[in-house]
Amino acid sequence: MSLAERIAGKRVLICAGSGGVGKTTCSAALALGLAARGQRVAVVTIDPAKRLADALGLDELGNEPRLVQPARLAGHGIEMRGELWAMMLDAKRTFDELIDRLAPDERTRDDVLANRIYQELSSAVAGSQEFTAVAKLYDLVRSERFDVVVLDTPPSRNALDFLDAPDRLTNFFEGRALRVFLAPTGLAARVMSRGTGVVFSVLKRVTGVDLLRDVSAFFRALGGLIDGFRERAAGVKAVLSDPSTTFLIITSPEPDPVGEAIFFHGKLREARMPFGGLIVNRVQASDGLDGDPHVVEAELTATLGDDLARRVAQSYAEAQLLVRRHEASLEHLRAEVGGAEPVLVPQLDGDVHDLDGLISVHDHLFGEVSPR
Amino acid sequence: MYVSGKGGVGKSTVAAALGLAAVRRGRRTVVAEVHRRTDVEHAVTAGGADHISIDPEDAMEEYLADQLPVRALADLLVSSRAFTYLAAATPGMRELLTAGKVWELAQDRRRTPGAKPYDLVVVDAPATGHGVAVLAAPRTFADAARVGPIARHGTIIDSMLSDPARTAVVAVTTPEELPVNETLALRQALREQVGLDLTLVVVNAVRPDRFTEADAARLRAVDGAAGRIALSAHVHARAQRAQLARLRRGLAGEVPMLRVPFNPAGVDLDTIADRLERAL
Repeated sequence: MSLAERIAGKRVLICAGSGGVGKTTCSAALALGLAARGQRVAVVTIDPAKRLADALGLDELGNEPRLVQPARLAGHGIEMRGELWAMMLDAKRTFDELIDRLAPDERTRDDVLANRIYQELSSAVAGSQEFTAVAKLYDLVRSERFDVVVLDTPPSRNALDFLDAPDRLTNFFEGRALRVFLAPTGLAARVMSRGTGVVFSVLKRVTGVDLLRDVSAFFRALGGLIDGFRERAAGVKAVLSDPSTTFLIITSPEPDPVGEAIFFHGKLREARMPFGGLIVNRVQASDGLDGDPHVVEAELTATLGDDLARRVAQSYAEAQLLVRRHEASLEHLRAEVGGAEPVLVPQLDGDVHDLDGLISVHDHLFGEVSPR
Repeated sequence: MYVSGKGGVGKSTVAAALGLAAVRRGRRTVVAEVHRRTDVEHAVTAGGADHISIDPEDAMEEYLADQLPVRALADLLVSSRAFTYLAAATPGMRELLTAGKVWELAQDRRRTPGAKPYDLVVVDAPATGHGVAVLAAPRTFADAARVGPIARHGTIIDSMLSDPARTAVVAVTTPEELPVNETLALRQALREQVGLDLTLVVVNAVRPDRFTEADAARLRAVDGAAGRIALSAHVHARAQRAQLARLRRGLAGEVPMLRVPFNPAGVDLDTIADRLERAL
């Protein structure tokens, strides 16, 4: 079954994989393909190359999908029968919007937004991008404005951070940590009333009371939002494991990303999340590479001269090495993941960060060029 | 020595190779990975460096034991889970504990009883964005806590991190658009948030630049796969050259760059270590 057939009828596509494998390009190319074929598609990109963002008319403002004007795509051989909407995720802003929506009143909202600990949480900390990406996905799905939402996942080194992060944060909002702080005799109360329990006084000794006060104020302010978070967490879980959602794993044919892809696939299966297939990006094309470099050199010497023929042969031999290495990685992937044959996207010569590059990736994903 | 870079550029490999290069120079070296990763452990220990995978929770218990000389108090705090919850729930606390453990590893007189001292700690830091978070956490906490032990320790750790005589930050990149962007962004964040400049940029996987434009013109006239493959290598090398030039402009001659050639046969740690050792 082709990739196009496997993702037909899906409402959510999540592109996962380790950093640096071309997830953003693949996400945008998938969204482009589905939109060209008549659907209304939104793609949430995390950190697109500036020129790709410019080409799609994305800017950092807004934090909402914008229609990619069909005129931008005209002249690149794409006939747009549906609509392509694209956005660039702003983690901090998504977080702020979430607090704004979930806070029971303005005062709680302002308290949370102004809290120093919250400001750290929403911008710098590991996991906030993952959390907000899922939050955005959930809102877009629930809005029912789109037939399909394609999510590019954050460039975590560990693809799994993405699956774990929402849980980690919601566990935190729901979990014992918060209760310890918020119980009537909890830490927050004790900090505020200058409590004197043994544990508290030891804690104070190793942290400092100012810090405890900031943290406690943060937790108290968040207390009013817990129900909202809990409700959303259940909703997000339902979206992620819905049969109309599918995870695509993107990798390059290198040992580390391949290892990560295999690991991630195992985790998806464990968590009973729907898996839609593998995309292997930047594969060295193998056609015409079955010759002997020495023969190649000898054949070209007459036309190109000794020196240039030798350099061409070097280049040829290197490409052969790469092909062999990539084939070994692919074999490993096939053996460990099984299922449908991975979709291969060759290493492209030109610039992948512009529209023509995007369309070229699209052509490979949707099988519109025969694999070389 | 913090080693940072975007995912997929070979950051862990370069960190391990830097560790090996230091061992060859006779430095007592430990390579530290974060987020409980142990990717390069085998290669590193085989080359004579120590390896540690920093776990913020272990670091926290060590911190408590060190802060509370009365063992019973530390045990009380650990068993009540109060500090664990605080650490798990407080944003940035994991980063602070990681930075604290790195600081501890680098002390001549280690706080951990019986632990041996190191001349160099190479940290395979998290991918760029979070890498700055680890480096900036001590200052953030020192400012937020104002007084008390965390403020005091935050200040001590920060003064080491922001001292170019004691802390080096090595950025790893490839000559591709996004990694170059991240490197330049890392440099800016580092200067603004930590007050430190990059010590070195390692440019990994640089493709050989074999063909001139004149060669390319001749290759276009040749039929067959070999000419096409050579041309494609030429286009790739040219794109890389443009990114290298952009990186060089961004670094404005203030940070040295070291190129590591692309190896079609796969990563070879020893070769990279040789190259780094010669250059450093």
